[in-house]
Amino acid sequence: MELRKNYFADVRKDDLHEIGQPRPRSDSPGHVTGKTAYFADRNFPGMLHLKMVRSPHHHARIRSIDTSEAEKHPGVVKVLTAKDVPHNVYTILILIQIGPEDETVLADGKVRWKGEAVVAVLAETERAAQEAAAKVKVDYEVLPAVFDMEEALKPGAPLVNEYHGQNYYLYDSGECRKVRFGDVEAGFAGADHILEQSYQSSPIEHAPTETTGCVVAPEGNDRFTCYTNTQAMFFTLDNTSIILQMPGSKLHFVGGTVGGGFGGKVDVIVEPIAILGAKLTGRPVSFIYSREEEMQISSPRAAEKVVIKDGVMTDGRIVARKVTGYTDAGAYSRHSPYGAQKGAGHYPGPYTIPNVWIDTYCVYTNRTPSSAMRGFGVTIGDFALEVQMDKLARLIGMDPLEFRFINAYRDGDMKAHRQPTEGAALIECMQEASRAANWPVAEKFMAMSSYKKGA
Amino acid sequence: MAKVPVQFTLNGSEKAEFIDSGTTLLNALRDKIGDTSPKGGCHQGTCGACSVIIDGELRLSCLTLAETCNGTTITTTSGLSESGVLHPLQRAFLDTFATQCGFCTPGMIMAAKVLLDHTPNPSRDEVVEALSGNICRCTGYEPIIQAVLTAARANSQNAA
Repeated sequence: MELRKNYFADVRKDDLHEIGQPRPRSDSPGHVTGKTAYFADRNFPGMLHLKMVRSPHHHARIRSIDTSEAEKHPGVVKVLTAKDVPHNVYTILILIQIGPEDETVLADGKVRWKGEAVVAVLAETERAAQEAAAKVKVDYEVLPAVFDMEEALKPGAPLVNEYHGQNYYLYDSGECRKVRFGDVEAGFAGADHILEQSYQSSPIEHAPTETTGCVVAPEGNDRFTCYTNTQAMFFTLDNTSIILQMPGSKLHFVGGTVGGGFGGKVDVIVEPIAILGAKLTGRPVSFIYSREEEMQISSPRAAEKVVIKDGVMTDGRIVARKVTGYTDAGAYSRHSPYGAQKGAGHYPGPYTIPNVWIDTYCVYTNRTPSSAMRGFGVTIGDFALEVQMDKLARLIGMDPLEFRFINAYRDGDMKAHRQPTEGAALIECMQEASRAANWPVAEKFMAMSSYKKGA
Repeated sequence: MAKVPVQFTLNGSEKAEFIDSGTTLLNALRDKIGDTSPKGGCHQGTCGACSVIIDGELRLSCLTLAETCNGTTITTTSGLSESGVLHPLQRAFLDTFATQCGFCTPGMIMAAKVLLDHTPNPSRDEVVEALSGNICRCTGYEPIIQAVLTAARANSQNAA
């Protein structure tokens, strides 16, 4: 790797000792010898296997749950329902004061998506747990469901999640996250061209090679060790502490080895119920998603819809941008209100635009709850923005890379959120990209710098 | 459930176990014998993380019944290094950053070993073909292909 030291030579220190130097990873020897211990590599005598009874409906009221046949099944040790969970309604981000609590650990009275956990069965073997789970009888009254964000926002749409009261997340700024900068309508009025396009994406599953799960061992004295592949150790520890109404000091989490995550293992789903199972039976418990569950049940990247309207001048300057973004949270919040909010911050792009107007909605539907995945909230936004940039360049007959040089933010430029740009290096990145891709741009762009002297 | 006796050689050691009929080799190795180097990724024969070598052939241990392995010789990644010295493939995976989360690595190394055992100097296309049954989600295939080619070069230098 080449380290370019000529950029910003006058503003940077040049005493780097580590960057550009290869360093062996400390975990690689374990990986190549097969010695690295993943959570499922722990096996305890007398370990029980947990299988979940899941909703076959997208939206239904639960009239009754009958677990008597399952309890009689050979090998079954314990069957858990909502009433066994000390604090059954939770939300992950409550730890950073983002509420309301809107998701049940085990469904209570209603299911809001197909695959929602209803009853947990603990048995001596995986097969016994599976067979017993099939014997749990749940009487559902199927309710109308909504799967499309625009349908969900219409008056009279089925209400997905009563803890919110409407099918969108209520931010402290109102029904959506907003950015207002300059006068967008005046910007459009003065623009040479206007281009409005909409972009949308499907949910995307992370598909880690190691499926989500945990193994819990009771240590005696009401203490539990949980071996888990969570990507969010303290989120999991603290949320489990809330859900089980147990001090965190009773919970010992062991992790650090994750067989692929990509954001798919930041939700707190398997650990609380597995620890509860270990607590109520006094035995080690293993709760591991099957591959089918991983693909169907784990939270995907949210489906998004983005409508972008840009006003552009024939000389290449973008003078106005109006964006409405919709993030499909599915039935529960998890990390989606945060994802939608990130979108609001991101839609101006790395460009200096004098008039910006942005609304982003976090919408509830009866789909699988979505959550974190690799830059969630901004990745689809970037796709939409950069396709839009290419279309704008084409519209005014300009080279798409030169078009970006004209609009790239540079130090001192005021961003739409009223934060002055600092430490930008976009111009320099594009100059390198231009060389690397053999995509020449006019000399005046190669002479530009993000670092404006005196800015 | 009927217990059946199974005997095989695992990484040079004799193993004899009574297992439930229908147990996969993957579960027998991991839960009964305690060799957790083969990983269960999909349990349906598509990810390759559980790959082991049985009598010189690459096999998916999640689709192989343990009771069919009587009298066989089985190699797993945990048995590759001898007295603490890494196998050239392990060394190459380590040196070329061909392992990120590490979950697919043991299966990848098994697939690569079978290739190099049969084809000591493979072309890049042959490496790609040999690894095509193993899914990696984070390292990326390019460093893995480079690791296998690096190990092959190290082998041919040793032989020369």
